[in-house]
Amino acid sequence: MHEMAITESILSIVVEEANKRDAKRVKKIKLEIGELTNIVGDCVQFYFELMSKDTIASGAEVEIIEVPLTAKCSLCGKVKRVENLDFLCECGAAMKTIAGKELAILTIEIEEAGEV
Amino acid sequence: MEIKLQQDILAANDKIAADLRKIFEDKGIFVINLMASPGAGKTSFILRIIEILKDELNIAVIEGDIASKVDAEKVREHGVAAIQINTGGACHLDANMIRGALDMLDLDLLDIIIIENVGNLVCPVEFDLGENVRVVISSIPEGDDKPLKYPRIFVESEVLILNKIDLLDCSDFNLGEFKSIISGLNPSVNFFEVSCKLVEGVDVWVSWLQKQIYEAQKTKSGGV
Repeated sequence: MHEMAITESILSIVVEEANKRDAKRVKKIKLEIGELTNIVGDCVQFYFELMSKDTIASGAEVEIIEVPLTAKCSLCGKVKRVENLDFLCECGAAMKTIAGKELAILTIEIEEAGEV
Repeated sequence: MEIKLQQDILAANDKIAADLRKIFEDKGIFVINLMASPGAGKTSFILRIIEILKDELNIAVIEGDIASKVDAEKVREHGVAAIQINTGGACHLDANMIRGALDMLDLDLLDIIIIENVGNLVCPVEFDLGENVRVVISSIPEGDDKPLKYPRIFVESEVLILNKIDLLDCSDFNLGEFKSIISGLNPSVNFFEVSCKLVEGVDVWVSWLQKQIYEAQKTKSGGV
């Protein structure tokens, strides 16, 4: 729902990094999005295409890596992939999310100034 | 050339939130981030809290809405400072908006700030506001399946308030089913059933809140 705000942040980080390195253009952006975030990858891709027009990142490919929701038991330490949103451990204790909330830019691929 | 960034997209927000958390801690202010769908009873819940606590503690309210000053005015009528943030379309509050609102409050005088987030079960939970506790309100007319449809806010909140419990008998809401969903989603959540209209159950939650405030102050004075 707030993919626009998120995409704006992504674009501003990417443009800043690319400029810092005197890039000619940004070719590819690899994002990491956790299962528990409410971010729809398709929306980010769509907004990015619109918002990056006339920037150094225009036309860049956006690849999204989804991170599965994983939790760890606060009592026995068991780690499990959370399915059907069940955060209750076999031992009866509550489990805490350890992965699945990611929202990060992993890498960007740039074309350097001298590159053909 | 590929460049490794490992850059958190919300890092800018989280940095401001961390600064705010430090300010709140230094000033001894307990901050509640109150989230719910539109119409779940966020403002009514805040008013009931104010009625119980206003003679004892200094409270301020930060109201987040896409438009209007309706909520801030209701709070001010109860004799409490209220800052209205209009997000102008944004579906959530972020830490920067809260930082702006703090300029309009005398932090030295305050014990509690209640932040009423924009009515929405999706976006607010992604944005840290520097709060001590996240509270989500669900209400009987919304149905018992909301935690399944909007899981993250229910997974991450420390407190779940089920409001409008007085309407239970005239609805299809299955309380057993709701509790069973919650026990899977967030087994350690602090759960309270209330009716803001009949002023029932709010006192139980306020007792819990007072205990948290006391613990926070104890930790602070113990740490110095």
